[in-house]
Amino acid sequence: MSTKEPVVLGIESSCDETGVGIVRGTQLLANAVSSSMDEHVRFGGVIPEIAARAHLEAFVPTLQQALDTAKLTLDDIDAIAVTSGPGLAGALMVGVSAAKALALATGKPLYGINHLVAHVGVGVLEGTVLPPTFGALLVSGGHTEILKVTSLTKDVQLLGSTIDDAAGEAYDKVARLLGLGYPGGPAIDKAAKDGDRKAFRFPRGLSLPKFVGSAENPGKHRNNFSFSGLKTAVARCVEHFEAAGEPIPVADIAASFQEAVVDVITSKAVRAMVENNLTTVLLGGGVAANTRLRELLAARCASAGIALVVPPFSLCTDNGGMVAALGAQLVADGAKPSGLEFATDSSQPVTQIVLTH
Amino acid sequence: MPNYLSIDTSAHASVALIDADTGAVIAAHTSPKGNDQTETLAGYVRDLMADHGQQGPELAGVIVGVGPGPFTGLRVGLVAARTFGFVWQVPVHGVMSLHALAERVLELDEIPEEFIVASDARRKEVYWATYNRQGALTDGPHVAAAATLPALPVYGVGAGIYEEALREAGAAPQPESFAWIAESAYLAKHGLKDLAAGKDLSNTAPQYLRESDAQVPAFMKQAQAKEATA
Ligand SMILES: [Zn+2]
Repeated sequence: MSTKEPVVLGIESSCDETGVGIVRGTQLLANAVSSSMDEHVRFGGVIPEIAARAHLEAFVPTLQQALDTAKLTLDDIDAIAVTSGPGLAGALMVGVSAAKALALATGKPLYGINHLVAHVGVGVLEGTVLPPTFGALLVSGGHTEILKVTSLTKDVQLLGSTIDDAAGEAYDKVARLLGLGYPGGPAIDKAAKDGDRKAFRFPRGLSLPKFVGSAENPGKHRNNFSFSGLKTAVARCVEHFEAAGEPIPVADIAASFQEAVVDVITSKAVRAMVENNLTTVLLGGGVAANTRLRELLAARCASAGIALVVPPFSLCTDNGGMVAALGAQLVADGAKPSGLEFATDSSQPVTQIVLTH
Repeated sequence: MPNYLSIDTSAHASVALIDADTGAVIAAHTSPKGNDQTETLAGYVRDLMADHGQQGPELAGVIVGVGPGPFTGLRVGLVAARTFGFVWQVPVHGVMSLHALAERVLELDEIPEEFIVASDARRKEVYWATYNRQGALTDGPHVAAAATLPALPVYGVGAGIYEEALREAGAAPQPESFAWIAESAYLAKHGLKDLAAGKDLSNTAPQYLRESDAQVPAFMKQAQAKEATA
């Protein structure tokens, strides 16, 4: 195989997207995704069992579609990479079992890799050149993290994360409260356009001095997030209008809620970049599509002198291309395959970029 | 002489290599544990094939248990079997997993006129089906509380776990079978009979028998009701 430009097939099944992507070096050849999102709409959130059932049915057709798009056969593939975690356990197991069967049947090496680092790894595709050391902000239905990437294949550190809900989960829950449907991110973003983001002052989680501390003497939650208090505050606000028999100002609440989320995420992320001397930040995860998040993050990065990289939206949501992208970096860097015996790890830490044999 | 690869993960991870002409079991292996399908299955298949010089594309096909069984483990086997079939370009045949237990009953010296096989469905329930003396399915598969089963001899691990409830219901749990789980070698035995009889086994859809746990939350129902009336 070409070790500089390996052809890697990536498999993703950690949540509700079944993804198979193919990458040659840093060039994306295919990115087939089958989503079960429509099946979760009536529940207002991802139902793990529904997601896992859908992965089983979608896997082989999605694999076929990726190969067709790339105009390749399995013989052309040098290695296979699969998300081993973090994610929903039952969903991860479908992708990992499929990947192991594929690796065994084709005789190709298999790499079990970290989903969060793959969100960052997608940044190398399409000619984007990242500096050796940079930061990443991941915001999605399943995660909210600030990372420091010293080496994509060897050294990734978690600077901060949510201690309760992911940002996307908070969006889903608030969207339900406001009767805006699922997924909450786009629904709230849309409703917020006609609203006043200063109408209500909702709490910014973990922003009190006792949690934040100072740069020299950082508090325990300086870079961490919490969205459960915010969600409760929105619920109280809605109840208040209901009890008074008044119409609920949906647009104003949506805009004010979104402002609270985006304000705390961007301020904490930018501060973490500055304090860690990181001059580039990559934004990833499905909530990267949120217009207000991008706007405020761009503004705050600009004033702090930080370069902002946002991959195309189809590569920000969960997909197989990002798994293949990180896989190709690992192969090119001479990483050892993970073998066929590894287990899924629903809370795999970012420090574990690839599972070792 | 082609062989079949047989896989069942409805209980434990279980693999076997079966002679397609004679039905003889060339080799078989079943995990002692019920929760390690993801970790063990591919390695078991690799070892089984390597030990017997078996090339994937030369297989007569893959026979896979479609359940019923705990969902997560069941899917691990099904997605692997379908992937093997896709890569090796060999047919994948789906066989209901309780048939593996019924095949084992047929090896007993005395086979009842009609009998039940039962596996563990958790939540105080069993997956079960009834068979006649020839091993033909007469009812099922179902999932139900052990206490609701008909008054017949009951075989399989489900009979052991719910022995008391079955006895109270008038059924006759058979102690010699209390350790029996679905094994791929027995599964293949049934599959080969079906194939010889010309049955179409191309359906590999899992037999979940239960809806996904999902329930529409109360507040969503309200929201939907509002939408519907709006
Ligand atoms: Zn993700």
